[in-house]
Amino acid sequence: MDAREIKTDEYYVTEEPYYETVADEVEVFEAAYKNQLPVLLKGPTGCGKTRFMEYMAWRLKRPLITVSCHDDLTTSDLVGRFLITGGQTEWVDGPLAMAVKAGGICYLDEVVEARKDTMVVIHPLGDDRRVLPIEKLGHVLEASEDFCLAISYNPGYQSVLKDLKQSTRQRFIALEFDYPTAETEQKIIEKESGIEPEMARRLVKFAKMTRNLKGNGLDEGASTRLLVHAAKLMVTGIAPVTACRSAIAQALTDEADMLAAVDELSGSVF
Amino acid sequence: MEALDAQSIEALFEPWFISYQELEAPSVAVSKLNRQQQDFALRWVEVLSGMNDELAYQCLLNIPTAFARMPEETIEQWIVQAMDLYDRKGLMGSVRHLVDIDNFIALYEKRLYSLYLDEVTEVLSRFIHGLSGRSLKLAQSDQGIFTDTETLFLPEILHELPERQDNFILYKAMLVHQWAQLWFGTWRVDIASITNAYPEPKKALLLFHYLELTRLDARTAHELPGLYREMVRLKKHFKEDCTLETSHREKLTALSATVQDSVAVLAECYGKTEPIQCCYQGVLNTDAVRETQTLRLEKEKRIFRMGLFDELSEIEETPERLNERFSAQKIEDSEAPDGFTMMLELDGKPMPLPESMKTTLNSIVQDLGDIPPEYLEAAGPGAYPAELLEKEDPANVWTGTYHEEGAFIYNEWDFQRRHYKKNWCALRELEVTPVYDDFVQKTLNKHHGLIISLRKTFEALRGEDKNLKRQPDGETIDIDALVEAYADKELGMEMTQNLFVRRHKVDRNIAVLFMVDMSGSTKGWINDAERESLILLCEALESLGDRYAIYGFSGNTRKRCEIYKIKSFSERYDNDVKAKISGIKAQDYTRMGVAIRHFSKLLLEVDAKVRMLVTLSDGKPDDYDNYRGQYGIEDTRQALVEARRNHIHSFCITIDETANDYLPHMYGAANYIVIDDVPKLPLKVSDIYRKLTT
Repeated sequence: MDAREIKTDEYYVTEEPYYETVADEVEVFEAAYKNQLPVLLKGPTGCGKTRFMEYMAWRLKRPLITVSCHDDLTTSDLVGRFLITGGQTEWVDGPLAMAVKAGGICYLDEVVEARKDTMVVIHPLGDDRRVLPIEKLGHVLEASEDFCLAISYNPGYQSVLKDLKQSTRQRFIALEFDYPTAETEQKIIEKESGIEPEMARRLVKFAKMTRNLKGNGLDEGASTRLLVHAAKLMVTGIAPVTACRSAIAQALTDEADMLAAVDELSGSVF
Repeated sequence: MEALDAQSIEALFEPWFISYQELEAPSVAVSKLNRQQQDFALRWVEVLSGMNDELAYQCLLNIPTAFARMPEETIEQWIVQAMDLYDRKGLMGSVRHLVDIDNFIALYEKRLYSLYLDEVTEVLSRFIHGLSGRSLKLAQSDQGIFTDTETLFLPEILHELPERQDNFILYKAMLVHQWAQLWFGTWRVDIASITNAYPEPKKALLLFHYLELTRLDARTAHELPGLYREMVRLKKHFKEDCTLETSHREKLTALSATVQDSVAVLAECYGKTEPIQCCYQGVLNTDAVRETQTLRLEKEKRIFRMGLFDELSEIEETPERLNERFSAQKIEDSEAPDGFTMMLELDGKPMPLPESMKTTLNSIVQDLGDIPPEYLEAAGPGAYPAELLEKEDPANVWTGTYHEEGAFIYNEWDFQRRHYKKNWCALRELEVTPVYDDFVQKTLNKHHGLIISLRKTFEALRGEDKNLKRQPDGETIDIDALVEAYADKELGMEMTQNLFVRRHKVDRNIAVLFMVDMSGSTKGWINDAERESLILLCEALESLGDRYAIYGFSGNTRKRCEIYKIKSFSERYDNDVKAKISGIKAQDYTRMGVAIRHFSKLLLEVDAKVRMLVTLSDGKPDDYDNYRGQYGIEDTRQALVEARRNHIHSFCITIDETANDYLPHMYGAANYIVIDDVPKLPLKVSDIYRKLTT
C-alpha cells in the first residue's frame, strides 16, 4: 500500500480491525458512548487497548484521533495555537479541538505521561458540560453529540509521579484490560502472524513464564503485542529462541542476569 | 634482595602468634624460599593472623609446599579461598582446605570448566521462578541434590563435564527435575511407607525414583521440549539407557500418567528391573519432605480457612453460616499439570479470589491434587496467629533464636584481601519510636527567623516557569519578535523563524536521601544539633518540593547492622515524621559501608534524574568487630565507589575536626564539609543542600 495523507479529523477506520472480544467491553463502551460518558482504558502495555479503540471507531463509524501523550505535551498541543501565515496570525485547532468539532473519538494514549497541568484541560469535556474552553480565542467549544473522549493508562507503573489524579479518573467509565486467556491469546497470535498453532501455543506458554517473573525482577511480563512480533519473526524464518530474544527478552529488560534467565526459559520451551 | 634467614623470619613471626605455636621449623622452611616468595608469605600470614592465628599458622605450615607446587597467582587464590571458607564455615573447613593442597590443585585445574552455584544462582533462581508453581528457593547443599518441596538443593560446584556451558545445563536439568517432582505431584503419595513395604526399602526407593524419572522426563519433554533435548544430550554423554520393559515405559510416559502409575509399576517390576542412576536425578529425601510438607499443610490449611472467612466477612457483615457454603469446582485447563484448575464457588456462584489466596490455593492443590472438604469451611472470626504470618519481625531478632528472615544481606570489602567478604552483613530496617513532645515546636520557635529566610531562598530555587522568547516553536506568538521580523523584511533582510514564546517548566527531579549517624558518640548536644538540622531541612525541602527521605543508621557487629526509617520517599512530612525526628536517639556503632549499600539500593528504586546521598556524621566509621581504622574507611570508600557507579552523588557533612585526614579519601576532595561549630549545624545543613543542588 502506498502512503496516503489523511487529515487528522477524517481518519476513519474503514476495514474491520481484528479484535478478539475478551468480555463485555464492547457493550459497555457502546453504552458509554450512547450516554456521552468518557471512557478510561486500564491495563498493561500491549494487551490490546489501542486495537480496541480502532475496533470501536470502526463499529461506531467515527473518526479516530489518537494523541500519544508525553511529558512535554502542552495544552496548546491539544487545544490549538496561533501560527503566522502571510503576515497574519492564524488559529490552528489542535487534535482535541478537531475531535470536538468533528464529533470524533479522541483517544489520549498513556495519559499519565502528560504533564499534570495539561490534563486539567480535559476536565470540562469529561463531565456533563462537554465543553472545551479555548482561552486564547476567548470562546468555548461545545462538543458535538458524536464526540467521545477516551484515555488509557497503565496502572502497572508504581511510580507516584505516574498516577492519575482522582479529579481526573473520577470522570470516567473504566474498562479494565488484561492479558487474554491462553486460548484467546493463542488465537490472536495465529491470526495476526499466520504462525502454526503449536508454535503459538508455546509462545503463550513462554509468555506466562515471563508473567510469573513480574515483580520478581521484571516490571512487566511479555505483552500480546510482543508475542505477535516474535511470531512474525518466526514466520519469516528466524529461529524461535532468537526471535524470542530479539522481540521479547530484550524488550523486557536490560539486566544481564534477567536476560539470561529469560533466554533460558525460551530455550526450554522451544 | 637477599633472602631472610630463619632467625629473622622467626622474629618477624613472633608477634603474630601465641606462644604455644612452634615457629622454628616453619621459619626454617620459609627461609629456603627466595626473597620475593618470602615477602609474599609474610604479607599473607600477617593478613591471616589478623583473622585467626590458627588459620595463619596452618597457612604458614603449608605455604612452602604450596610454592613447590603452584605459581604465585594460584597460591593467592588458594589463600583467598581459605579466607572465604573461614568466613562461611569457620576454622575447621578452612584449615582442611589449606592442608589438602592436592584437592585444591585438582579443582583448580578444572577451573576453566567448573561452575560454582554462586555464579549462576541469580540466573537459575529467576529461571525457576518463571516456571509455574509454588515459589521455590535455591540453596547449596553438601548432602546431594534433593528438594524438601520448598527449597531446591544443589551442589556447590559442578565439573562433571568438560565444558562450562554443559555444566550449566546439568545444573538446569537438576533443577528442573526437582521442580517437576513438585509440579507433577511426585510427593502426593507417602513414598516412605510405600517403599518400606518392600523387603529392601532402599532398593525400592531407588527403583521408584527411576520410574518417576521416566514419567517426569516425559512430562518435561512435553512441557519444556527445548530443555529436554539438552537433557537427552547429557544422558547420552553419561551413556544412560532405559532398562524398562516397553509396556511399563509406555504406561509411564503417557501424558496422563500420575504418581499412582509409578506406584503400580513399582509393584510389577520390583526385583526384575535394575534402576539406572541418572546424572541429574539426585535423591528422594523422604525425611526432609515429610518435615516441610507437614508443617506447610497445617499452616496453609489455617491460612486458607481464615482467608475464606475474610472473604465472607467482606460480603456479609456477620456471616450467618460458615459451613457448607464454599465448594471447589475443577475447570478444564490443558496447560495445568493435572489438566484442571480449581475455582471456588460461594453458595453456588463463582467467587474471585485475591492474589494471595490464589497462591495458597494453588500450593494446596500442588500438594494434595485437590481441595479436601475440610479446607472449605471458613474459620471463625479471630486474628491471624503470629506464627502464620510469613514475615518475622526484624526487631525480634535478638529476643528469640537468631534468624535472618527479613534482613538484607550485603557484601563487605576487605582491603587487605582485596576481595569482598560475601554475604557478610545482615542489615535490618527498623522504625524510630516516635516521641510526641515539644522538641519540634521549640526548634521552630528557636529558629523562627531562619526558617522564614530559608523558605524564601528555597522557594526561589523552585522550578519557576519561565517564558522563553524568540523560540522556533511555542504556545503563543512573540509579538515583539514578529514586529521586528516584519521590520527586517521591509528592509529586505531575512525574516527570522524564531517568533514564538514557549513556556519552560523547570523540573528539578531530584531525589535525596539523608543518612544520619545515630552512633553512640552522637549522644547529647550532637544529637540535638542533628535533630534540629533535620527539622530545618524538612521545612526548607517542603517548600522546594524535592523528594527526600531520612534514615538513621547504627549497628553493633556485622550481624546486627540497623537502619532506622524516619521518613521514606513516599511518606509525607507530617506529625508522625516530626515525632520520629524528635525520637532519634544515639544507639551503638557506625558501620557505614553496609548502610550506604542499602541506601543506594533505596535510591535506585526512586525514579529521578539526579540522586543524592547526604551523610550527617560525627566521625570515622567504627564498629565493634574490627570495623575500624583503615578497614572501615576502605569499606566505606568502596561502598561509595559502588554508589558512584550507579550515578548516585554522595556528600558528607561532618563535625569531626580530624575529618580532613580521611574524608577526602572516602568521599573525594570536594564532596564533604567540616563544620567546626556544632550549634551552627542546623543553620548550615540547609544552606549546603541549596548550594549542592543549584
